[in-house]
Amino acid sequence: MTPAVLYALTGLGLFVLGLYALIVHAHLLRKILAFNVMGSGVFLVLAGLAGRTASGIPDPVPHAMVITGIVVAVAATALALSLMLRVAGATGRARLPDEHER
Amino acid sequence: MDTAVWLQSGLTAPILLPLTGALLAFVMRRRATPIGLLSVVALLGAVILQVPSLFADGPQRLAIGGWGAPLGVDLYADGLSVAMLLMTAVVGLGISLYAAAYFRDTPARGQAFWPLWLLLLTALNALFLSADIFNLYVTLEILGLSAVALTAIAGGADALVGAMRYLLVSLLGSLAYLLGVALLYHAYGTVDIALLAERIAAEPATWAAMGLMSAGLMLKTALFPLHFWLPPAHASAAAPVSAALSALVVKGSFYLLVRLWIELFGEIAGGVATLLGLLGAAAVLWGSIQALIQTRLKLLIAYSTVAQIGYLFLAFPLAVGTGATAWSGALYLALSHALAKTAMFLVAGNLLRFGGHDRIADLDRVVQRLPLSMAAFALAGVSIMGLPPSGGFIGKWLLLEAALTEGRWGWAIVIILGGVLAATYVFKVVGYAFTQSENPHQAQPVPATMEWVAFALAVAAVLMGLIVSQPLIVLEIGNPFGIQAEVAVQ
Repeated sequence: MTPAVLYALTGLGLFVLGLYALIVHAHLLRKILAFNVMGSGVFLVLAGLAGRTASGIPDPVPHAMVITGIVVAVAATALALSLMLRVAGATGRARLPDEHER
Repeated sequence: MDTAVWLQSGLTAPILLPLTGALLAFVMRRRATPIGLLSVVALLGAVILQVPSLFADGPQRLAIGGWGAPLGVDLYADGLSVAMLLMTAVVGLGISLYAAAYFRDTPARGQAFWPLWLLLLTALNALFLSADIFNLYVTLEILGLSAVALTAIAGGADALVGAMRYLLVSLLGSLAYLLGVALLYHAYGTVDIALLAERIAAEPATWAAMGLMSAGLMLKTALFPLHFWLPPAHASAAAPVSAALSALVVKGSFYLLVRLWIELFGEIAGGVATLLGLLGAAAVLWGSIQALIQTRLKLLIAYSTVAQIGYLFLAFPLAVGTGATAWSGALYLALSHALAKTAMFLVAGNLLRFGGHDRIADLDRVVQRLPLSMAAFALAGVSIMGLPPSGGFIGKWLLLEAALTEGRWGWAIVIILGGVLAATYVFKVVGYAFTQSENPHQAQPVPATMEWVAFALAVAAVLMGLIVSQPLIVLEIGNPFGIQAEVAVQ
């Protein structure tokens, strides 16, 4: 197993772990954290699988993508956190109500 | 040189105009409304000016800043892109005029609305013009985040919870899509759609990427059974926002799925097309039945959107063998649905403003008191049902033709049954609009602009059934649905 494959498999593992946490946890903060774990998994896949030239210089394109992705993730997390606070303020709980409760 | 510069401004204007407007509206909050209206009018002009040069020169490709693919981000416009741009600009102008009147009494919400709304238009236009699957990911995220924030400005627990659920779904869809992009880049070393189309092969990495990207986009498009988030979000938002979400935002991810399918995945997908079609058929039936049993008007319209999205997915199996007919039908349906569904949500906003509620059974003789709004609802209903002459009829007719020429009776039955169910739920609303309610209410005045905009959009949806050839010619510029899509690189 080459290091690249190891990184990619770890990334996929993080993605699946985050997806699992997103589904089972009800608290919104845990869901938001789960997204961050999933995102890190995708970034690890991108960076880990980046090709290398014969002289060992890594392909810069995936790294540019990861940086863009991190910017997007920060913005999304900020929006999610502020929305979570508003939901907690309006409903008294930082979780989504079940359909049959409403 | 001059033509090159002009071309460049022509292709980037639909992105830069609303973006500039969004920034200005954010900085100069007091003048947000005129800035917003001006940007949207300029946007419509810029898109219309683009059409003649597309007819003359065919599809256009622009390497931004002179960096071509594979390193740079290319913009690409063919008939399919321009048809979507036109739809966005026309519906966007209608929603903007409506919003200017709608938010007149709540200036704080209006000031929050305009920058987000212009940002949403920026993201949509960039989505329709990008030729690069990673740039498309960025546009998807901007689209999702601005749509979520717009949902939340209605305030109140329902809208906030709806927005939160929408955000979670939207982020999950984007991440699945991004993982697919990562796999495609690893396998083929490019994110440019045209280059990918040359290199793509039927192998495990492609199948995994196709599954992840399609699932992510299906979630964002709210295809049954991934539609659970749409009705609460679309029904709890402010009226102009509901209209934008149902008419435009779901079409963005649908457009992307169609584009990826035609260029990359269609030939290697096999049975997946049938699966998409079956989910679409289930959405048509389930969404229509759910719409029928709703007691609140906005939820009824939102479930109608779930059903109409189902129709769009019928094109995936029908396109196998008939190609352009099925795709044209689905896209025609998407364009006329945008007009009709905007009109419906704006009418719902008028009724909410008028009576203070949207309980269908308590619509108190609104036909006599808001005749223009109810006429708009009925006309939009004609297009949603698919009765002639209307855009909805043409779209469904093309889909039926694709089904019947291949002798696929099952799909044809779903198309007709969905139309009958749509007629039932539209008439349910219209029927209650004539009767007197047991709970008469204090009627509030509705600004004339809000009524006329809804009416004009509904009329446009019907007119789409009378001027069939022009939109279809625009759609076919550059042969976007050809089996062997010719990519003309300028």
